[in-house]
Amino acid sequence: MAYSDKVLDHYENPRNVGSLDKNDPQVGTGMVGAPACGDVMKLMIKVNDSGIIEDAKFKTYGCGSAIASSSLVTEWLKGRTIEEAYAIKNSEIAEELALPPVKIHCSVLAEDAIKAAVADIKAKQAAKEAA
Amino acid sequence: MSSIYLDHNATTALDQRVLESMLPWMQRQSGNPTSRHVFGRSSRDAIEHARTQVAEACGAYASQVIFTASGTEANNFAVKGIAGSQAGSQILHSAIEHPCVSRPAKAMQQTGWLSNAIGVDEHGVLSVAQLQQHLQTQTSVVSVMLANNETGVIQNIAEIAELTRKAGAFMHTDAVQGLGKMPVSFTDLNVHAMTVSSHKIHGPQGAAALILDKRVDIQPLLHGGGQERGLRSGTENVAAIVGFGAACELAVANLAHFASHTQMLRDTFELGLKSLNVTIFSQHTTRIPNTSFFALDGIEGETLVTALDRKGFAVASGSACSSDSTEPSHVLLAMGIKPDLARGAVRVSFGAHNTLLQVADFLTALKNEILRLKQLTGVAA
Amino acid sequence: MSASIEMQVLKGSGDDLHPIYLDYSATTPVDPRVAAKMIPYITEHFGNPASRSHPYGWTAEKAVENAREEVAKLVGADPREIVWTSGATESNNLAIKGAANFYSAKGKHIITVTTEHKAVIDTVRELERQGFEATYLDPEPSGLLDLEKFKAAIRPDTVLASVMFVNNEIGVIQDITAIGNICRENGVIFHVDAAQATGKVHIDLEKLPVDLMSFSAHKTYGPKGVGALYVRRKPRIRIEAQMHGGGHERGMRSGTLATHQIVGMGEAFRIAREEMDEENVRIRRLRDKLLHGLQDIEEVYVNGDLEQRVPHNLNISFNYVEGESLIMAVKGIAVSSGSACTSASLEPSYVLRALGRSDELAHSSIRFSIGRFTTDADVDYTISLMKGKIDKLRELSPLWEMFKDGVDLSKVEWAAH
Repeated sequence: MAYSDKVLDHYENPRNVGSLDKNDPQVGTGMVGAPACGDVMKLMIKVNDSGIIEDAKFKTYGCGSAIASSSLVTEWLKGRTIEEAYAIKNSEIAEELALPPVKIHCSVLAEDAIKAAVADIKAKQAAKEAA
Repeated sequence: MSSIYLDHNATTALDQRVLESMLPWMQRQSGNPTSRHVFGRSSRDAIEHARTQVAEACGAYASQVIFTASGTEANNFAVKGIAGSQAGSQILHSAIEHPCVSRPAKAMQQTGWLSNAIGVDEHGVLSVAQLQQHLQTQTSVVSVMLANNETGVIQNIAEIAELTRKAGAFMHTDAVQGLGKMPVSFTDLNVHAMTVSSHKIHGPQGAAALILDKRVDIQPLLHGGGQERGLRSGTENVAAIVGFGAACELAVANLAHFASHTQMLRDTFELGLKSLNVTIFSQHTTRIPNTSFFALDGIEGETLVTALDRKGFAVASGSACSSDSTEPSHVLLAMGIKPDLARGAVRVSFGAHNTLLQVADFLTALKNEILRLKQLTGVAA
Repeated sequence: MSASIEMQVLKGSGDDLHPIYLDYSATTPVDPRVAAKMIPYITEHFGNPASRSHPYGWTAEKAVENAREEVAKLVGADPREIVWTSGATESNNLAIKGAANFYSAKGKHIITVTTEHKAVIDTVRELERQGFEATYLDPEPSGLLDLEKFKAAIRPDTVLASVMFVNNEIGVIQDITAIGNICRENGVIFHVDAAQATGKVHIDLEKLPVDLMSFSAHKTYGPKGVGALYVRRKPRIRIEAQMHGGGHERGMRSGTLATHQIVGMGEAFRIAREEMDEENVRIRRLRDKLLHGLQDIEEVYVNGDLEQRVPHNLNISFNYVEGESLIMAVKGIAVSSGSACTSASLEPSYVLRALGRSDELAHSSIRFSIGRFTTDADVDYTISLMKGKIDKLRELSPLWEMFKDGVDLSKVEWAAH
């Protein structure tokens, strides 16, 4: 499997590995994939009151492309609004990392992880407002 | 061994440059081409490079090349595989095919297929009229060889393919004796499938290919790991495939020299035969340039070949594969040659390294042996 | 041939471009002694062994027959029982299709095992398409076949059973004698794929109740592209040829023989016969060293029975680490996740799944296969590399984090995509 230099770089030196406090009301968590499918991505974002993502962390069980995709999106997410984050398309990730066709699903998974994390933070915010 | 080798249609010596291309794959750690580590990937790259070399020599695309272990396997694959992927009907082949085309066709009869042989004329040229007649029956595959291993006769494959296509059948040609001896283009021949082999062009034994139009459905002969796009399972013979690729590249580069040089040797040889009252088969037909097939009435080809061998000349009495048996050549019988004369057949096939001096020596030895054998057997001169 | 030459040729340094080779079950390097024996047959002694009329052909034929004797000797067979093929895939195809077709009047049921090599499974599937019926038995979690289950699978119309000697992925050794005896009692023809067995276990076909056995050269330090099929003479087993042509190999297998490759297989099998006992002691010591080193790591599982197993193989699952990223992490060693033949796809190993391993464990498996040129230093390097990389990947793994937090992963509802 010929990986691009960018994939290898993210794989060798993954950015923003780790976890945030999942009980923090400002933290949204997205966990997508399944062990049976060979990849699980956990993405956590910390969103401030102005709706801007201050921090992002990930952990990924998966192939090099999956690790690189999630590492890349944590870089992209920081400083963006959750709306901007929500708009990130898998094709942008695939293009940036030059993923081969058989690895496109990794970028889809990363997009799903963002959407899941955003949905989680929105649900937390909604719950807070309702309370 | 100091014999002079005049049996290049049977097999050829490995070219030194081909050997050098292969040695790393025989001596170094080489991976299984399916493995994903660096050992596997470099084996895979080597195979893909060879695929390009074979494709270029055959006027085909690399994606059309399916590697097999032998020409026999490629021919079996073409006949059984293409026919097997369709509803049963007829398989046609020429009466002068190598057994690895005619016998699988015959084996298919057991599973309900019709198998028929198309005759040739006295020069060994396929009867187009017979082909057309047979094509009136629903036909799946027509297999006609490009150049015959014994007579060297070249068939008009493009024309045969045209008729075959019009009848809605698939066309296969065994081009094993053509490659390296004449220009061979898969595209120009207009066939669906074509067999080429390594060890006939100074490549190693153990590699061959079926060039296949990807639109043709084919059933694999070997099932398993799914190599060669699932069409030919089995760990690839990396060294032999690399050698085959290198041999293809050399064959194309040397073709012009091969053709003019061996034709000169053959013409000189056949001129020398004139005084011996022999029959030269297919002499006035288009032949590959290196092959001469002739017979003497009353002298067994096998006897003559053995006698010549003792004098240091390696020639054949027919195709190598059938020289176990004393049956006269099926090619000559198909041409209507009387069995007695056919039993006397001897094949000489020259290579690029043979010389005029060798031809002269061989002619002298041949004359002496014929004289001696005639005296022994009491045949009138 | 001195050992130093071998090392020079084969030694990996362990960096990413020159990894240490631990994938002997995918293919072995050609032993330098084998290569030395082969080369004259592609340069000086070329010739078509079927060309009976001149010495070029005779020399080739003699070499082929010597090699046939060497192959026969390693496995306790008569040379006349050995048929050359282009490799174990062809041997398996020829044995299974050849016997099934020849004896189809007797019955059309075939028994095999789900952990067989694809060359057996796909061949049996092809026969199913042609109207045969097949039973695919699952092995026990150890990878070994339960003899009672095998016995129970036999039907009156069972014509053929195919069980591999040594599994390519997990190295377990089936009880071929016992399975063969059951076949004999029931009049079932017994085929054994022994591609992974030669030079690793003793094979004596004079005693083994086996009718057909497949061999490969390139798994035993011989060249790629050549193999053999054993076809028993007493009682005589018949097979229908699958490749037709010049009638080579007594009509069972046509096609020009690659003399140098056959010579290589003969030499490789000779070396195996003479050196296997000593070699296997050394390899077992290295394998055990590797096993002890890796067992220090938490949450590792050995796949397949450890006792009834060739010493060359160690297949281990590293829980909570994904297989492909694991392979990427260990580029300093050349290993395989699952069998080489399936590693082009993303499917978890079907062999490990047949043992009942979870998909996660199947995905995170690595097959280390040790061979003739493996050294203590290679094993030491491998252990330290694995420890470091597993730590790193688990640091990245959300599953490891959950496991450490005490989450039962089997109870999690995964958002499968």
